[in-house]
Amino acid sequence: MHHILYRILKTGILTEPAPSPSDTLLAQAENLSALSYRRFGHSLSIRHLDAGSCNGCELEIHLLNSPYSMLEALGFRFVASPRHADLLMVTGPVSLHMKEALLATWEAMPHPKLVVAVGDCSLDGGVFAGSYAVAGGVDSVVPVRVRVPGCPPDPRALLQGLITAVEG
Amino acid sequence: MNKDISIQHVDEAGYVGLAESISGCGGRLVALWGARTYGFKGVFSAYCHENSLLVARLSLPDSRSTFPSVSALFPSAVRMERAVRDLFGLDPEGLSDRRPWLDHGDWGTRAPLSESPRIATFSGDDGDYPFVWVSGEGVHEIPVGPVHAGIIEPGHFRFQVVGEKVLRMEERLGFTHKGIDGLYRGASRAKAARLSGRVSGDSTVGHALAFAQAIEGALEIETPPRSKWLRGLFLERERIANHLGDLGALANDAGLSFGLVQFSRLKEDLFRQNRDLFGHRLLMDLVVPGGVARDLEPAGRDTLIRSGIALEETVRILETLYEEHGGLQDRFMGTGVLSPEIAGRLGLTGVVGRASGQRGDLRADLNRPPYNDLAVMPALETSGDVRARVVVRFFELLECLRLERLIMERMPDGPIQCPVPEGVPGSEGVGWVEGWRGEILSWVRLGRSGTLEGGHSHDPSWILWPALELAVPGNLVADFPLINKSFNLSYSGHDV
Repeated sequence: MHHILYRILKTGILTEPAPSPSDTLLAQAENLSALSYRRFGHSLSIRHLDAGSCNGCELEIHLLNSPYSMLEALGFRFVASPRHADLLMVTGPVSLHMKEALLATWEAMPHPKLVVAVGDCSLDGGVFAGSYAVAGGVDSVVPVRVRVPGCPPDPRALLQGLITAVEG
Repeated sequence: MNKDISIQHVDEAGYVGLAESISGCGGRLVALWGARTYGFKGVFSAYCHENSLLVARLSLPDSRSTFPSVSALFPSAVRMERAVRDLFGLDPEGLSDRRPWLDHGDWGTRAPLSESPRIATFSGDDGDYPFVWVSGEGVHEIPVGPVHAGIIEPGHFRFQVVGEKVLRMEERLGFTHKGIDGLYRGASRAKAARLSGRVSGDSTVGHALAFAQAIEGALEIETPPRSKWLRGLFLERERIANHLGDLGALANDAGLSFGLVQFSRLKEDLFRQNRDLFGHRLLMDLVVPGGVARDLEPAGRDTLIRSGIALEETVRILETLYEEHGGLQDRFMGTGVLSPEIAGRLGLTGVVGRASGQRGDLRADLNRPPYNDLAVMPALETSGDVRARVVVRFFELLECLRLERLIMERMPDGPIQCPVPEGVPGSEGVGWVEGWRGEILSWVRLGRSGTLEGGHSHDPSWILWPALELAVPGNLVADFPLINKSFNLSYSGHDV
């Protein structure tokens, strides 16, 4: 046990200051202020949904939980059920096999709720656009509020997307 | 093409004959896939025998829409043959499993890659997918997915359970199917290379490398020596990143979040270093046909040597902490056992295979630079439990760091790319790479003006998913996440 404690002390606190909301993302976001999502304040539950991504975005979303980000200290946390979620974080070009699951997940969330689309292919299908097997973009299935581009976006961009969604 | 790969044109009798002789002398199936391009319709099966890859290429006349199944000889062929049927409308003769695999009935068409895709008359047949039933007193069923409770990819697991114990588990995959084989058709090489790097994001280097090798094989060109060493460097850094992530997640799933925090910090550091040195955190789009897109600056070399030594020191400390942690070892030991006998029968390779007594690591087995100069030491464990898969990862992680250091010391100078000619339409090539998870294979057929007529990317998850079903029975339901994590298979790479 003392080895673990020593290691924790030696590692120290790595958390970096959080980014501020992004004006670029805000400009592309839909009616954020009108919908006053500020009400979520500093307690926001996120449900992640992979709608056919290559899993690159998932690698970066995992690292949102690295000690550099300290997601929970900022009021965000990932939850297991859409019933507990305020925000749906969707990756992937929406494979047709996941379309129904995406809709069902979104519908299972209580109001008010918002969707953040993550990664280039979640915006318009990206490199997978035009395939017989993809719907091509999250907002063809559920209304998207904030879009975080990148292939994949890094944890800081993801965090900025989240902060923009709630504070912008 | 690499000397260790050969493509044999066979007829139906030859296709079966080759499978029989490979099976008879202990070879294994690496991949099986279908193809239909302007000039070709047929099925490929690739076998590994004595460290070389034999690809059987069965060309089918237009009138023919069946091919002989080899699933009686190689059980891992079953799902791949079902996938060929779903995508190309070619029926595997002799395959008893008539259920669809990749087709869930949502595409609006049947056999979308065949010459005449049929309009689907109904949709959404997934609810009726006939899982194998287990009946008896006290047996109940737990359906899980496709949406899981964590940040992971979608897939469905059907558990048959008595009390807390799993009797049987059956997978239903294909949820992330994106039709990549279809997108390869007619794509420019640059677009196809990007696609190959997105078959499975965690194996972007491995898949892009297999694709590049396939193109280079079709063109019969050899990339400069330095590019091969840089490809080796990228491949090892991908392995390091994934093993760091898995080791953290495994401790977390066993209740020791300390491990996740420590390892995710190390992984984030590695990703940041990738971004600073090579311009991409996951090293996407760095391996391209003809070489690599970015060189390593001399200053970067020193950085990598220094950070590699520091990382090795930390990993050794964490390895000891893991080994001495009673609670952690209690969860790891004897959980999710996959016996060497079963692993051998399924022809497993990669991390999972090496944890279940299967020798074989293409880095050590093939005579290819840079690995033929580095004396790669493959990991090998025989207990086949979660613990063995953790031990294999620690061993490989430290070995990667040793290899990275040697690559830094011995990497030759010179150009990092060679010219890539347009090539002759109809030429085909195959790439074969030891990715971090196992063996990755890629096939391409060149088209006119630098495009592709067809292509296929095979992820080792195809071979490894059926093995997970066999490692779960007898375990507690609550141990499934831990066992699943210790396999860490790709959904996207499998579903393509």
